[in-house]
Amino acid sequence: MTTTTDAPAVQAAPYTLSHLDLLESEAIHIIREVVAEFERPALLFSGGKDSVVMLHLAAKAFWPAPVPFPVVHVDTGHNFPEVLAYRDAEVERLGLRLVVASVQDYLDDGRLQERADGTRNPLQTQPLLDAISGGRFDAVFGGGRRDEEKARAKERVLSLRDEFGQWDPRNQRPELWNLYNGRHRPGEHVRAFPLSNWTELDVWRYIERENIALPGLYYAHEREVFDRDGMLLAVGPYSAPRTDAEAASVRTEVVRYRTVGDMSCTGAVSSDATTVADVIAEVATTRITERGATRADDRISEAAMEDRKKEGYF
Amino acid sequence: MSTATLPASATLLRLATAGSVDDGKSTLVGRLLYDSKSVLADQLDAVERVSRDRGLDGADLALLTDGLRAEREQGITIDVAYRYFATARRAFVLADCPGHVQYTRNTVTGASTADAVVLLIDARKGLLEQTRRHLAVASLLRVPHVVVAVNKIDLVDYSAERYAELAAEIRAASADLGVPAIHTVPVSALVGDNVVDRSDATPWYDGPSLLELLEDLPVGEDVTAQHLRFPVQVVLRPQGAARDPQHVDYRGYAGQIAEGVVRPGDEVVVLPSGKRTLVEAIDTADGPLAEAFAPQSVTLRLTDDIDIARGDTIVAADDVPALTQDVTATLAWLGEKPLRAGQRVLVKHTTKVVQAVVRDVVGRLDLDAAHLVPGDTLELNDIGRVQLRLASPVPAEEYAEHRRTGAFCVIDPADGLTLAAGMVGDALAAARFPGDRPADFAI
Ligand SMILES: Nc1nc2c(ncn2[C@@H]2O[C@H](COP(=O)(O)OP(=O)(O)O)[C@@H](O)[C@H]2O)c(=O)[nH]1
Repeated sequence: MTTTTDAPAVQAAPYTLSHLDLLESEAIHIIREVVAEFERPALLFSGGKDSVVMLHLAAKAFWPAPVPFPVVHVDTGHNFPEVLAYRDAEVERLGLRLVVASVQDYLDDGRLQERADGTRNPLQTQPLLDAISGGRFDAVFGGGRRDEEKARAKERVLSLRDEFGQWDPRNQRPELWNLYNGRHRPGEHVRAFPLSNWTELDVWRYIERENIALPGLYYAHEREVFDRDGMLLAVGPYSAPRTDAEAASVRTEVVRYRTVGDMSCTGAVSSDATTVADVIAEVATTRITERGATRADDRISEAAMEDRKKEGYF
Repeated sequence: MSTATLPASATLLRLATAGSVDDGKSTLVGRLLYDSKSVLADQLDAVERVSRDRGLDGADLALLTDGLRAEREQGITIDVAYRYFATARRAFVLADCPGHVQYTRNTVTGASTADAVVLLIDARKGLLEQTRRHLAVASLLRVPHVVVAVNKIDLVDYSAERYAELAAEIRAASADLGVPAIHTVPVSALVGDNVVDRSDATPWYDGPSLLELLEDLPVGEDVTAQHLRFPVQVVLRPQGAARDPQHVDYRGYAGQIAEGVVRPGDEVVVLPSGKRTLVEAIDTADGPLAEAFAPQSVTLRLTDDIDIARGDTIVAADDVPALTQDVTATLAWLGEKPLRAGQRVLVKHTTKVVQAVVRDVVGRLDLDAAHLVPGDTLELNDIGRVQLRLASPVPAEEYAEHRRTGAFCVIDPADGLTLAAGMVGDALAAARFPGDRPADFAI
């Protein structure tokens, strides 16, 4: 902003919530509404920062009672080991029940086939939907934010999925005031997005304010990486160089991750941000969106995300 | 984005856009995002690529906001899309609402949570039917501020006279419709005049740019002028599940304060039981509070052990709203099938869902003549007045004064669809429709 940087921020009048307080209150309200109106909610927990913030909010919403629902993790089999360790420690700390939907199991018994490109993110949909119907979950919390991507920008806070887990973007219920309508038919379920109105920067500011611990790979560290499609991929068991050019590009760099997903398709960014404050400064000045920088699977087509969401993806 | 410097005390303003199709809404929103540096390089690349594929010269900023495939294919905006941007002074959530007549329901949706509506008009065309409809919606939903962007000012040669004429027309229409506060700005979304930076092309205009105006709008309501309204969402009773043994006997009422301020020691009444008690403590996971106010999410503990469930409302003892089963209401009808008298529906009011029957459809609002036309159905996009009979009493208050406790939504009990936005009371009269006087129309 060139015109207004010297001007003071609009000071909150007495009895006005700051924008982070407002977002927190809204998210807690949503989480409580879902727990009150649904019989079997569950929360998608990957160890990624958005799901971590969501779980933190859930713990606050019901304090001093425990978080009243299990967490579900769709394990692609290609996860960063430190993220799995973090997941297990959080589950232990908060006394949660963890349901794991394993993509590897589906590949092992032939229900799913490995893709030619080795990417497993698109393979998560089936195990996820099976975990939802197997657990008879009627509401599933997701950490999706509307600022992430164009198709997500139209997602409701409570978003109905049909019995096949599909999303119909043309036929969404109007969402009025803060009155969420969770009515659904047997077999249908609802995805609930308490962080709908948060931006990537809001999430980081909140992590700073609340002093929330994250898996270490969100902060700058040394890692062996190589170039693929303009991204930095980690050299690891699930992501090895495939071409001579990729092999030639292998080097050790100081990097961090902006999103945490499948090792085979989640890119790192060059960064020396070792603290939350560093990350905030970096995110605030970045010129590339979170997904554009780090997710190969969203580059498949202009409408990649929309297509996957319609099929029942996160 | 220099938003890392956004101070911790900065507030959030919720905006909704409105206006007729082709008045330039997508272009304006694209311009706001672009000029406030909220568009990142890869998003811009995608827009430039698509613009080139379509044989356009420059980047079509409207593409930044047209999300879904169908919209890209048909070149129209079909659903509310949410955008986020921040300046060094404030964070914004913008509900981008499409302008087609058949999508008025999106405007209702966006306006229901908005602190301000940004309404576009084309300087050449002036106020259209859809503009009046959107002004009426903003007024009915009691959006605190309406900002009219008189767009395409470049196409009327930056004419001061044309702007003055339109500004006067807007003021008159807003006064007719009872819009709480109206602001006007001459802009060119395409060129960028007065959107973020003040323009040299409009020397006759000495007001703020659109963004400056939005940065300075007061946000929220004066909670100190209100009385406590606390709809209970969840009763927290951990019992044996308590992770800390000291909380085994804990009993708290969790919810989001809808109105007012609360402090420990305050005398309160629980509705619908009418039982009186005191606030013992205001709890949060971060520790107890000495006071809390709307819209904070907190947990109240009360001095007496009273039977309280989700859907009950804890209110200030010195201002207890009446309980009622008979509600006169204004509905914005969003269902495909028309509403008729005798229909059974569900009403969600604060945290309570009750059955209801539509006793009477009194009439619908004619937006051109700005008065109520007698009739016995409401069709998609109609705004009308109805009489409801609820299966159990609720503390329904006039929407004109109570944007939270006066609002409800109407749900189809059969398929669960959201059928209408409901506002308790004669919101039409509150919005001062000239022809809509009790003498014309006895209920
Ligand atoms: N000359 C001029 N053209 C504009 C302006 N704003 C929008 N337009 C054009 O008007 C047309 C409709 O704009 P669009 O943003 O798609 O309208 P929407 O339907 O309201 O979203 C497009 O061709 C725009 O380029 C403006 O300020 N000046």
